[in-house]
Amino acid sequence: MSASTTPACGRSHQRGTRPKRRLAPFSGTRPPPLGFRADSVHPYTGWVNVPLLSIGPEPLTLEPLVAAVLARPGQNIGGDGAVAVFLGLVRNHNLDREVRHLEYEAFEPMARTVFGRIAAEVAVRWPGARLALHHRVGRLEIGDASVAIAAATPHRADAFAVCRYAIERVKHIAPIWKREFFEGGDVWIEGATANPDDTEALAAAERVACA
Amino acid sequence: MRVTIRLFARLRDIAGAAELTREAASGATVSSIWQQLVGEFPELAAYERSISGALNAEYARMDQPIHDGDEVAFLPPVSGG
Repeated sequence: MSASTTPACGRSHQRGTRPKRRLAPFSGTRPPPLGFRADSVHPYTGWVNVPLLSIGPEPLTLEPLVAAVLARPGQNIGGDGAVAVFLGLVRNHNLDREVRHLEYEAFEPMARTVFGRIAAEVAVRWPGARLALHHRVGRLEIGDASVAIAAATPHRADAFAVCRYAIERVKHIAPIWKREFFEGGDVWIEGATANPDDTEALAAAERVACA
Repeated sequence: MRVTIRLFARLRDIAGAAELTREAASGATVSSIWQQLVGEFPELAAYERSISGALNAEYARMDQPIHDGDEVAFLPPVSGG
């Protein structure tokens, strides 16, 4: 992997490269903001020492991750122009099965190391980005968050790209497994054979991140 | 020498244990430990081509040599997220 200083997605974040589109004005009722305290004036104060990378049984919310990526000790905190977030949820169906709940198992010490590797991959591809990545283990019910990601970057396109890249890499190489309990049985879900040096998988993650 | 073997998800179910301790011959590799396990739990053979190996909680090549006291882990295809 080369120590390039060019963001992985090229220069798409620069102004004036794409035509502006007009969207119809929002007309629905506005839902409460996901995962944020309704009584808070500034939702990111009050969170200190949130780890950027973590795995454990605690329920996930986005707010601590946003606080974590915006806290840049000793750095120019005014340089961030965007935070993008991703929350992965337990869905009630999979491959025509009615899912009842999931159980996540992880090799936790190794998962932390792998999250660090993903953060390092991000740092090479999006210099200046800051990534937070939390994964939950144990029994999760339908609608529970299994993974939460936040990325702070100077420009918005890169924040989205980093989130997408990180979730793709979690699915490729994090030593985590889900067991699906559905109507009439249960099964271990088996996705990708994990190989952190698989260059095709790395290229695929970059491709979808920059799409 | 003695090695600790850690198994996850379906591999753990097949072996009926998350952690095993086994004697290994000197010159053993991640791969030879896997073959030893397959001898003990033939159902594991189905995972021959899809497992990943880890040594002391880091990804390892299957030909990596192991030493006394090492922890070897075998990972079926992952499904986090």
